Amino acid sequence: MKLTRTGVFTIVVALAFLAVPYAATLLGSNYVITLATRVAIYAIVAVSLDMLVGRSNLVSFGHAAYFGLGGYAVAISAFHLANDVPIFGWAGTNEALIAWPLAMFVAGFGALIIGALSLRTAGVYFIMITLAFAQMLFFLFVALKYYGGDDGLSLSTRNLFAGNRITDARTFYWICLAALAICLLLSWRILNSRFGMVLRGAAASERRMAALGFPVYRYRLAAFVIAGMMAGLAGALWANQNRFVSPDMLSWVRSGEFLVMVIMGGLSSLVGPVVGAAAFLLIESYLSGWTEHWQMVFGPFVLLVAVFAPRGLWGALRGKGDV
Amino acid sequence: MQLVLEQLLNGLQLSLTLFLLAAGLTLVFGIMGVINLAHGSLYMIGAYAGAWAAAKTGTFWLALPAGLAAAALVGAAMELLVVRRLYAREHLSQVLATFGLILFFNGFIAWSAGRSPLLMETPPQLSGFVEILPGLPYPAYRLAMMGVGVAVALGLWYMISRTRIGMLIRAGSDKREMVEALGVDIAKLFTLVFALGALLAGLAGVMVGPIRSVQVGMGEQVLITTFVVIVVGGIGSIRGAFAGALLIGMCDTLGRAFVPMLLKSWLSGPLADGLGGALSSVIIYLVMALVLIVRPRGLFPVSG
Amino acid sequence: MRLKSIALAGAALLSFTAAASAQQPIKIGIVTTLSTPGGYLGEDARDGILLAISEEGGKLGGVPVQTLVEDDKLKPGDAKQIVDKWIENDKVKLFTGIIFSNVAVAVVPSILESGGIFVSPNAGPSNFSGKACNKNYYVASWQNDNLHESAGALAKKLGYKKMVLLAPNYQAGKDAITGFRRMYGGEVIEEIYTGLDQTDFSAEMARIRAAKPDAVFQFHPGGQGIAFLKQWQQAGLKDQIPMVVASPSLEQRIAAAAGDAAIGIAATAHWNTDFKNAENEAFVKGFRAKYNREPTVYASQGYDTAKLIGAALKASGGKLEDDAFRAGMMKADVKLTRGPFKFNTNQHPIQDWYEIKAVKGSDGKVVLETGAKVLEQHGDAYAKDCKI
Repeated sequence: MKLTRTGVFTIVVALAFLAVPYAATLLGSNYVITLATRVAIYAIVAVSLDMLVGRSNLVSFGHAAYFGLGGYAVAISAFHLANDVPIFGWAGTNEALIAWPLAMFVAGFGALIIGALSLRTAGVYFIMITLAFAQMLFFLFVALKYYGGDDGLSLSTRNLFAGNRITDARTFYWICLAALAICLLLSWRILNSRFGMVLRGAAASERRMAALGFPVYRYRLAAFVIAGMMAGLAGALWANQNRFVSPDMLSWVRSGEFLVMVIMGGLSSLVGPVVGAAAFLLIESYLSGWTEHWQMVFGPFVLLVAVFAPRGLWGALRGKGDV
Repeated sequence: MQLVLEQLLNGLQLSLTLFLLAAGLTLVFGIMGVINLAHGSLYMIGAYAGAWAAAKTGTFWLALPAGLAAAALVGAAMELLVVRRLYAREHLSQVLATFGLILFFNGFIAWSAGRSPLLMETPPQLSGFVEILPGLPYPAYRLAMMGVGVAVALGLWYMISRTRIGMLIRAGSDKREMVEALGVDIAKLFTLVFALGALLAGLAGVMVGPIRSVQVGMGEQVLITTFVVIVVGGIGSIRGAFAGALLIGMCDTLGRAFVPMLLKSWLSGPLADGLGGALSSVIIYLVMALVLIVRPRGLFPVSG
Repeated sequence: MRLKSIALAGAALLSFTAAASAQQPIKIGIVTTLSTPGGYLGEDARDGILLAISEEGGKLGGVPVQTLVEDDKLKPGDAKQIVDKWIENDKVKLFTGIIFSNVAVAVVPSILESGGIFVSPNAGPSNFSGKACNKNYYVASWQNDNLHESAGALAKKLGYKKMVLLAPNYQAGKDAITGFRRMYGGEVIEEIYTGLDQTDFSAEMARIRAAKPDAVFQFHPGGQGIAFLKQWQQAGLKDQIPMVVASPSLEQRIAAAAGDAAIGIAATAHWNTDFKNAENEAFVKGFRAKYNREPTVYASQGYDTAKLIGAALKASGGKLEDDAFRAGMMKADVKLTRGPFKFNTNQHPIQDWYEIKAVKGSDGKVVLETGAKVLEQHGDAYAKDCKI
């Protein structure tokens, strides 16, 4: 098997993720791990969003909603537990293996309802209707005084993972990285399946796919729900890393940033969204640490990527020809 | 009864301000197929240039042309330097590029003009009231804003439907080759349209200067609402933008005016106040979702 | 074996840094809001802190300090990331700068868990002023409710019987109304909640006109407050219905941007440019000279925060871990720009609140003028629940 340029860079990205804990030991600071954990979590969202935007041409401008729903699912269960009113009177909600799937379920359920209504529209109208629903959820959480409203909710500890504490930065990083790997694998499997083929086909020509007898709407809805569930998982991880959630997780600015990550990284490629999430977070945090006028540098950088790298950073890295 | 009338007027006034913003966005969006997230930045630039000119010259009447010129020039420059390279690309490249522009403009204004909100006062000629009905005074400035909105709507309608340039604009959107065959430089036409859209955003920016806060980030506060308006109306349609602005402006104002009151007849005081506040925040999104579920391409879909 | 040697090396490193810390400057992490419409608040707080440091030639209380400044973009998650970075990479133990309560609520727990100290130059959310108070958490500005309690006390003093209250529909807005009601005691005809990013208030103003209150209390900080004042004047309500606000809705920059629309509005604050004491006069002069603009209440709070930190550093000889730092902090043996000040048992201020009025200055610009004292040596309602 010939090693393509894409292959080489994929291995480089993977190695970079694996090397993080060792880099932390060398540098004597766990911050590298904290930062890489954030990158991994956002990368999950970006991968899930690319499944919609890149592969299926469904530009969701409300993806932060599912991220937020996942986060709030974890935080609200923890809140009830801490106040001795566990949901359904059951203390198991502190276990990650229960709380996180619950978060995915809640986010997926939200995506099911929103997707079912939104997928009646297409193109720019789809962009805006997904935004509308996300905004409604945003204002809902701002208004929910019981759950902290605008100030959000704090978690006193992270969830237990199979009964073990995951306060250690390294342990938590490996968990997030594993979650990212699983999501990437799943996304790869899906897109190379018949299901993925139909999605891509429908993105090119909906009419043809419908004529071939595929229920395009149902396929798209399924993709929307799967992407929502992945974003929900990322939200649950984010809530655990930061130990708080706030309506800020669901804001339209956040949805916009997710989109920017995916586009900047490169659409319709497995690794592109991961690269986009990493580039966005690392460059933004580096610049804002360097100057208070970071926007004046970061803005033009984003602009240049848009103009000169039509296939995103990943597309530029792996060069022409390779797909 | 008088209160209802006053609130209707408030709604109309908000609608017409929204229309100024939406008209430019829908032109650029519908005709050139460009999603310009930085439309709000042009509104901010108009307001800043206006406030700056007003502070230097002491009169609003010079602020107005300054704001218009600044927004139109920046708009034209944006088209020539950035947007032009992206016509052939997917919408998403435009989203990325104009997102970068938002960051840049916000950073640039904070760096050059400072972070303090700027002073911009109502022109003395318009600072009084007009008694529209006996016992119902209405601020003259808001009436003037409404007048400007109506004038712009009529002007645009005339330009699009009755003039040669309007014909070219209409044709340019989907029959590029034909327009070029007529010997028209379509690139120039697009620069012109983009600058016109920017000018309208700048006009909105200067006009709201005396009643809102001229500050960094003011563009993003109106951006989403503007998108809501053009989507509800049907993208690319000036008529749609007008209808959308009316619907959204009215629903927003009347929601804030009467929903809490209606809730109060059912619920206890504080609960109704809080819930009413929450409901009136989401009302425009609710309206948009409903419109799109019933009419997936907006109220006035543009054919093609 | 390997683990042990790492541990030994670590211990050696620790003892080395401990020995070196006598000369090493104390790092102060300033995480604050510099972008978004709220950016000018953070800018002023930061500049106030930096002014105090530069006046002492890079020291506070005679101890050399080094500052790290970063923009939290008004996003709690970003603020947390910055704080994590400073804790891990730069071993920062002393933090300040946060402006907005929702950022503080998210970030303060991780600072305290790392063994760090936080001195707030602005946000004083109720979350940490009662049961969850902490010996390493100080608020140099006010407990959030104080702002609105003082406005309520002023409204009562001015004899308003029926009022309409307005605030944005988020947590701080709801707290504002609760705080106002606590000291006001009169009848509230209506509470009106406005939107998060709302810029047009004509509908609310028509409702107020119809409700015919004696006076109005509104809480809209920053740009929203400016828009509200402008539209209030334009609607002709300014001459009909008196307005009472708390300091975030009428500070120096709001007054400058609202112009004539601000004149006649009654506010309350714990500091104003015209306070007659030597510290304040020096501060206002120094701030104008260094930054070429008028200081706001946020700038004075930043400056006072730095002065309080200076007092504590002086008492502890530059050691943060020591109880001496806390003792020095609580003693607050330093003159502040706002005058008499002491820390309550929950480490929030006890201070005076004054009536502030916007009037037309001699140069035609709006100035804020201090009036009578509204509340004397006022603490907060949460201190009794705090057991440190």
